[in-house]
Amino acid sequence: MNFDDTPQEAEFRATARKWIDANAPKQYEAELSKSSLGRIRLEKEEIVDVGKAWQKKKAEGGWACLHWPKEYGGRGATPIEKVIWQQEEGVYGKLTQPFQIGEGMCGPTVMAFGSEEHKRHYLPKLASGEHIWCQLFSEPAGGSDVAGLRTRAEKKGDDWVVNGQKIWTSGAHYSDYGLLITRTDPNVPKHKGLTMFFLDMKSKGVEVRPIKQANGMQEFNEVYFTDVVVPDHQRLGAVGDGWNVSLTTLMNERMSIGSRLATGFPEMFEFCSNLMTDDGLAIDDPATRSKLASWAVKASGLKYTSYRAISSLSKGERPGPENSIGKLVSGSMLQDIATYAMDLQGAAGALTGAAEQEASGQFQQMLLSSPSMRIAGGTDEILRNIIAERVLGLPGDIRVDKDVPFNKIPTKGR
Amino acid sequence: MNFDFSDEQKQMRDEARKFLAEKCPPKAVREVLDGKAPYDKALWKGLAEMGFLGVAIPEAFGGAGAGHLELCVIAEEMGRANAPVPFSSTVYLAAEALLLAGSDAQKQKWLPKIASGEAIGTLALFESKGNPSPKAIKLQASGGTLSGVKKPVPDGAIADFAVVAARTGSTGRDSDISLFLVDLKAGGIEAKSLTNVDPTRGQAELTFKNAKAEPLGAAGDGWSILTRVLDRAAVLLAFEQVGGSDRALEMGRDYALDRIAFGRPIGSFQAVKHILADMYVSATLARSNCYYGAWALSTNASELPEAAAAARISATQAFQHCSKNNIQVHGGMGFTWEFDCHMYYRRANATALTLGSLSYWEDQLIDRMRKKNAA
Repeated sequence: MNFDDTPQEAEFRATARKWIDANAPKQYEAELSKSSLGRIRLEKEEIVDVGKAWQKKKAEGGWACLHWPKEYGGRGATPIEKVIWQQEEGVYGKLTQPFQIGEGMCGPTVMAFGSEEHKRHYLPKLASGEHIWCQLFSEPAGGSDVAGLRTRAEKKGDDWVVNGQKIWTSGAHYSDYGLLITRTDPNVPKHKGLTMFFLDMKSKGVEVRPIKQANGMQEFNEVYFTDVVVPDHQRLGAVGDGWNVSLTTLMNERMSIGSRLATGFPEMFEFCSNLMTDDGLAIDDPATRSKLASWAVKASGLKYTSYRAISSLSKGERPGPENSIGKLVSGSMLQDIATYAMDLQGAAGALTGAAEQEASGQFQQMLLSSPSMRIAGGTDEILRNIIAERVLGLPGDIRVDKDVPFNKIPTKGR
Repeated sequence: MNFDFSDEQKQMRDEARKFLAEKCPPKAVREVLDGKAPYDKALWKGLAEMGFLGVAIPEAFGGAGAGHLELCVIAEEMGRANAPVPFSSTVYLAAEALLLAGSDAQKQKWLPKIASGEAIGTLALFESKGNPSPKAIKLQASGGTLSGVKKPVPDGAIADFAVVAARTGSTGRDSDISLFLVDLKAGGIEAKSLTNVDPTRGQAELTFKNAKAEPLGAAGDGWSILTRVLDRAAVLLAFEQVGGSDRALEMGRDYALDRIAFGRPIGSFQAVKHILADMYVSATLARSNCYYGAWALSTNASELPEAAAAARISATQAFQHCSKNNIQVHGGMGFTWEFDCHMYYRRANATALTLGSLSYWEDQLIDRMRKKNAA
């Protein structure tokens, strides 16, 4: 048992470190280090612009989308090399946020189901950051139940015509292409009538509208489709096979090992170590210590769980299911920590003005943003179902709509 | 990175699991639970024959000389089987104290007997309610004898020898405490069994009346040795707790698959699934923290104090959480004597207190993290 690199890993790490040291945009290092929770913002520049420049440089140096094959713009690296790269890229990895959905989900789906011509045309541009991709899955009527989606695609000659609405699309406003799942046959049960496409986000009839979220920010979008024409050659997988194709996409989403989720614990520990209350430092209070200790072991538990997965990758094995706990644990933790940090401040904990706020107002911001951590990318409840069914082998839910034609499924609760 | 046990260590775990499945089925645990025997003597003998009692004891002292990672995987299986033997007191506490502080002669006298199963050892630390603290140690040492009362002492009524924490000074400093090695069969000691929530692991009151004792480690070093012994035992006991957590989770899962209610397996109801998923989460967090503890223990890393506290807290929480929810998943049947659920519930809650309570370890963890941050 050790934390050491193998000789090959050490060599790879040294090469990566040297390249990063010579090429990283160091002028942003301090600013990127500071923003640990939520979306990343830069004072003077757009994160997308800076990110594109970094991604381009990485692609030129052969460091973009490492685990992709070389002919599609990657490096042909092993999974453990990708993890090592992420560790070395450090804070600059935050600049890759606009490309993560493309690299992690859209790209792999195109790679699995696209034509050779498409792969050679689109993937290198995705890898180099020239094109940004988004994922158009969720709908107002289908979040956790994504197969309940209603956006229609109808065949007209060699083309498909798309009408409907998507929601919660990250980055749609700056994306060039989108991975789009549609309903092509409402007369069969819901999982069987779906088909996957990709489309140019500048196509006529695509309208992107930002959503104002509960925390007051605008990070997601609604995307409306009105008679949008998508050529049949942009179909991924067979007609009616969209559900299977989407599983490839989502499986890749869950493989993102090594990308550490924020728990809020380091910030909270520091806060409690410095906060003076009427009874002394917050960290000297037994109730606070007890809570801190419980959060500490959750945070370290997640860290060492990811180390176990990295060790599997290092041995060339497939990591076990234990990484599925990450978001489930960290989402609630953020919310609990934010609530308690404010509690420690008494009535003044509610204040958010620059003059009154403690710890730069990060816990108030965390409070307002954390509900989304328990919903986006699989709700806590869906994640528990996944653990129960796929890890523990419990029976799937009884699905009353499973064998019913989609257009016969009720659409209103009462 | 190779943050995992080796193939050989995993093989040893499998061996231990197989051995315990055969020699320590729930029926055997119940013999002790029902008070028919103070501990499972046949199992104790078998563990010695398998080399498990001395796995971390050097060959020079009659052990297998394997190491602490090997001991961790065996500890996990002891917890999984709920083994009713004085393993933790003898191997994690007494043997570790001897290895850390014993003279060559002391090691030569007791360690081979531990490895062979001839001697049961324990640590006599507590004297009343409360957590480990030098202030709480009142038992007096003078002129090579001890006088005072220790309770609760794990496996105290069946132990052959004990490491005893005693007061040798009154300055109010940690250095007032020294450790002694006492042959409990030599006279001057009265042992009384105490009932406790987990009858499969005995507790006792030991009364020392001018009992003969020899120093273990230097005079005044008692507290610093004890702290290190407790840290090492915390990691090892945490592996038992993880083994118990996993077993409780499996029992709950299996029952949820078999039990039909409302025309379907209860494991198909989300309310039940989510209980089990949360058990998996806590057991997984605990296992990962324990692996870190195992690494720190086996390499004698400076991170051990923090790693041990984290493993202890995480594993205590997991075992309590899994064992109580295993009963919940079983419903009314889980609350019968006949079902095994309560054996794990009892063990989880007794083990949670053995080395000091959860809040004590929480306190320790925060102190140690602050110390590290300050450094």
